[in-house]
Amino acid sequence: MHDSNPLPLKDRMKIARMPMPELDPEVRSRNFQEVTLGLKQSAALTEATRCIACAKPSCVIDCPVGVKIKDVVALIYAGDFLAAAAKLREDNALPAITGRVCPQENQCEGGCVLGKKGAPVAIGNLERFVADFESESGLLGLPAIAPPTGKSVAIIGSGPTGLSAAGDLVQKGHRVRVFEALHELGGVLIYGIPEFRLPKSIVKTEVDNLRRMGVEFETNVVAGKSVTIDELMQSECYDAVFVATGAGLPRFLGVPGEHLNGVYSANEFLTRVNLMRAYNATDYDAPVYDCHDRDVIVVGGGNTAMDAVRTARRLGARTATLVYRRSETEMPARREEIEHARQEGVKFRMLTNPIEFVGDSKGWLIAARCMKMELGEPDPGGRRSPIEIEGSAYLLPANVAIIGVGTTANPLVQSSTPDLKTTSHNYIVADPITTRTSKRGVFAGGDIVTGGATVILAMGAGRKAALSIHDYLTTGVWESEVCS
Amino acid sequence: MMAIGLVKSESYVMYRIVEARNVGLNIKQFVVEAPRIARKQRPGQFLILRLHEKGERIPLTIKCSDPDAGTVTIVVQAIGKTTSLLSCLEAGDSILDIVGPLGQPSEIESYGTCVILAGSVGTAMALPTANALKRAGNHVIFIEGARNTDLVVFEDEVRQASTETYFMTDDGSYGEHGLVTKKLKDLLDAGLRIDFVLAVGPVPMMRAVAQITTALGIKTKVSLNSIMIDGTGMCGGCRVLLGNQSKFACVDGPEFDASLVNFEVLMQRNAMYRDKECQSLRQFEEHKQGELAQLRADLASQDAHHA
Repeated sequence: MHDSNPLPLKDRMKIARMPMPELDPEVRSRNFQEVTLGLKQSAALTEATRCIACAKPSCVIDCPVGVKIKDVVALIYAGDFLAAAAKLREDNALPAITGRVCPQENQCEGGCVLGKKGAPVAIGNLERFVADFESESGLLGLPAIAPPTGKSVAIIGSGPTGLSAAGDLVQKGHRVRVFEALHELGGVLIYGIPEFRLPKSIVKTEVDNLRRMGVEFETNVVAGKSVTIDELMQSECYDAVFVATGAGLPRFLGVPGEHLNGVYSANEFLTRVNLMRAYNATDYDAPVYDCHDRDVIVVGGGNTAMDAVRTARRLGARTATLVYRRSETEMPARREEIEHARQEGVKFRMLTNPIEFVGDSKGWLIAARCMKMELGEPDPGGRRSPIEIEGSAYLLPANVAIIGVGTTANPLVQSSTPDLKTTSHNYIVADPITTRTSKRGVFAGGDIVTGGATVILAMGAGRKAALSIHDYLTTGVWESEVCS
Repeated sequence: MMAIGLVKSESYVMYRIVEARNVGLNIKQFVVEAPRIARKQRPGQFLILRLHEKGERIPLTIKCSDPDAGTVTIVVQAIGKTTSLLSCLEAGDSILDIVGPLGQPSEIESYGTCVILAGSVGTAMALPTANALKRAGNHVIFIEGARNTDLVVFEDEVRQASTETYFMTDDGSYGEHGLVTKKLKDLLDAGLRIDFVLAVGPVPMMRAVAQITTALGIKTKVSLNSIMIDGTGMCGGCRVLLGNQSKFACVDGPEFDASLVNFEVLMQRNAMYRDKECQSLRQFEEHKQGELAQLRADLASQDAHHA
């Protein structure tokens, strides 16, 4: 696209990055309202002016779903926000969501030339602006839908991978039905990511947009239990099945005392608060342990741990402390989340690892016995591995401990589909390019293949799968060789 | 708000109650339309339901299912808010969400002599397994226990599902006087050789059974009722301690080897929300009619929305 911005490049580079307006930390640490408020139109226009329209835009190259960011920003600059939204949707089915939860600093904004000397273009904030503008305008520019092909696809899981694939496949004219195990659609976007980071209404709007494009949804179906893959293909006559069940099972530390009352997996804690809305205890029935005036610790350094600790803070915890066995530099969480958490009064206890949970005589948690750690040699992944400092054990008071140290593969689909090849850790084996599994007509992608990752990587997997499924449905050709 | 344009083929499943009847004091049986669950249910499995938009998810026993009619039969004892509200429902009402069948089915083998011990409403969970064991050629001894005669349920079905049947009440108001473990001990004292035991009921009862039978090396299973949310292994809230291993009751269970189960931890974890549960029940008792009317209005508006 032609760069219509008349401002010389060096002048564009002098414009400061537009700050994202945020709720006051004092106020927001006591409620569940969205922390970031979104750019105003004037700020978005100024921000778009900063883009220097590189000939080889690294932002596009670094985007896992290949959003044509340069073109989108040019359309924002031109003031045609709806056209910008339509351009976004060509590659990204859930822009209002990714604009909020993507780790932009490692992706699109990470390679931005402006970032070398100053601050990168606020691509994530612009993306969110466009998506919110579109949704508020009520003038949703739905992409064109191809005529019906007569083929049908069952998608298992309504998380980011499944929704993204559904959006692409329905555009190609296939009948698409998404099966969800829970009673609400959105997967981790609903049960995992809290309201203050991604309001449920945003997810609902994006799901409704897919519905309007013709995607069918069925809740309360646990694949492998309520119906098997074979039954979907034989009795229900789906031509292809896409398994996007997510990573699933919470990992615990495996230390003594993990069965004490007050010890949660991050999945359970977040599910109670998000999916079951336990933060609104007056209206909703499902309970969560009362964090009010209690000491809460959260173990882990990723976005899930960060979501849990900030949630605990909002539930009135006296202290909300993040306990991580490495140092802050190694934390996988988004920088913005770490900053926000700190502003909200979350305490960080780095280089600390619980080795035991200690309870009272009735089985309620009162403390975590922790070891101090130091960093040793880098592991094969390049991160320095934590080593216990001998004799450093001490008690950290805690009424609630939330374990957010990752997940393992949920085996329900695999165990009910004997001819589906899995890894030794029970992840599904799928070709990284075509997402084809060992079973004809069955594709798999997202966390159930790669292990826990980010929303945008999950969506990228959904897009890849959609391409490959479309190819299979069109040609009927199945190369059965799957590398393992 | 934009209107949601639903396409014709959008699936909207209403789980309609086709039959509801009281089977004991505060114990009610429902036959509910749930075709997917009816097709797949095996003995020992359970389902999870949610009554309204603000409701909690609770696991419930599946007593039996009719794949042709597309219905499942569930049994509920009114003990907390959600079970009390559910117990107010009648034929023609609907349940908002039902998911299942969940958990591993009972292992049905030819053991020889099987003793099934069930406490009141636990009988519903034990019945399909007893039936299957009997069909597999086992000699099935069914001991149903209850506090009193009003809580003895499914007498005819229990007799049909077993070759030998005993009823025990704590106060002697029906059958024999005493706990199910008394009958179990009597049978053992009389020299009965038992090959397999299944106990389903309150945790102290299952623990008492396990203490007797596992000491004798009898293969014993217990069906555990830990607190659950999703029922798919995602949250880990239902974790139980087996030896020094953690297992999830929803996906690894609900039946476990009784000799390994740490019943103390199970009781402690089941008490986690007791205060809140009591408070919630008290509030419900005060506003029962209002809550019921609200529930019916919500379901009717859902129905109209999807019509």
